[in-house]
Amino acid sequence: MELLTIDHVSIAYENERNFAVENVSFSVSGGEYICLIGSNGSGKSTLLKGITGLVHVTRGNIERHVKPDEVAYLSQNHGIGQNFPATVYEVVLSGTQRRDKWRPFYTREDKKTARQAMELFGVTEFKNRRIGNLSGGQQQRALLARAFCRRPKLLLLDEPCAGLDPVITKEFYEILYRLNKDEKIAILMASHDMEQVENYAGRVIVMDQTVEFDGTIQQWREKISEGGGVHV
Amino acid sequence: MSDLLNMFSYSFIQRALIVGLLISLCAALLGVILVQKRYSLIGHGLGDVGFASTALAVALGLPVLAVSAPVVVVAACAIMFYSQRVKSSGDVAIGMVATGSLAAGVVITAVSGGFNVDVSDYMFGSILAISDGDVILSLILSAVIIVLFAVCYNRLFLVTCDETFARASGVRVGFYQFVIALLTALTVVLGMRMMGSLLISSLIIFPAVTAGKLVKSFKAVVILSVILSMACFIMGILLSFKINLPTGASIVIVNIVILVAVSVIRWAANLKKH
Repeated sequence: MELLTIDHVSIAYENERNFAVENVSFSVSGGEYICLIGSNGSGKSTLLKGITGLVHVTRGNIERHVKPDEVAYLSQNHGIGQNFPATVYEVVLSGTQRRDKWRPFYTREDKKTARQAMELFGVTEFKNRRIGNLSGGQQQRALLARAFCRRPKLLLLDEPCAGLDPVITKEFYEILYRLNKDEKIAILMASHDMEQVENYAGRVIVMDQTVEFDGTIQQWREKISEGGGVHV
Repeated sequence: MSDLLNMFSYSFIQRALIVGLLISLCAALLGVILVQKRYSLIGHGLGDVGFASTALAVALGLPVLAVSAPVVVVAACAIMFYSQRVKSSGDVAIGMVATGSLAAGVVITAVSGGFNVDVSDYMFGSILAISDGDVILSLILSAVIIVLFAVCYNRLFLVTCDETFARASGVRVGFYQFVIALLTALTVVLGMRMMGSLLISSLIIFPAVTAGKLVKSFKAVVILSVILSMACFIMGILLSFKINLPTGASIVIVNIVILVAVSVIRWAANLKKH
């Protein structure tokens, strides 16, 4: 089942001459684990922002075949300030809010979902601590738990492990792999970490403003060995 | 002691207590959001707009609140709209609106014959000026602010905590920022007569900052901020009555003393821990 169709999408910043993303087309199906790779400035993050509606799509069309509430997004630099007064539980619970079903109070079901998400991502022991007081890896796990509370069919991640050490990064990729396999959540993730991408991703899209390559890891390796690989 | 008890028998003190406690409550609720969203000076900017609109109302011989309320609400929405539109930080829009309004207020006052008691009361606050009508208006506006805050609490938390996640989740962030601007404008209009347009922002900033130093969760900060704000108001009004100081300024001084005391205690506790 197709979850997302990106059809000849171009995204320009400021003036409409400099395109960060140009004429990109691909689709994402249920249960896929796709990594978007490319050098800095290749348009990975901009494309993800275009999909989530954070930036305006200049040309082309992005069609989401799932409800807005079935898509979750985890950005590279989350917007929660270091001194923001909120516990991990409050932040995770806020992920249960629905765009289409607005309620002034959290239900028992919402609280249960938040507790389960905290358990799944191993942050229950920090639930009463301020989110800003956690380490980078713990914070990303808590934010992934918040995203999971949306019960997404499609998870969009923008370099979630940037700045984290290799051990935490590997652990994070394993969590994502488990989510993809066990919960059948499709993942579209911008990443720089080729080692982890090769270990876990089922499909790789190489970007350099436009799509330079789209295929399996195996096909990508073959292309590189033939000397036709795009430098990442 | 009996002096202090006697003060509550005066009807103007009773009116001031009701209005002041309601303003303290509303300002503290919003203060937590405004401080975290780096809009803490919006109260100050809107206070300046309040001063300009008061000068205009007095010059034209119109009721002050009838002129100030719509003008301050429009200014609050304009600040939020400008900040979103040009993606600047809030302080640019607040700075422009604040200085522009001060200039307009000074010009209007000069043209209409200089500062008089009415304008001065609204600039620095006066509990003597609070009427029965102000009490009724305060009750109505406070009820609107408290109900809207309670109903939108979860959404306001989400928008304040992580605007990017909220936007990506399809939440209409602009709408909730408008709600915040509207509630802040109403609080400023409400508090101008008691605290003065130049001091009202202190009720928004100090309790939220002090509470943020003492408790961890957002909900606890909101609740403690309300308690601190109301306690500081009562201490301020007692101080003002006892040693004959201006009420608004006394409340600000009490807030500063509490913040400094909390900061010193925390610093000492951290020093001991390490």
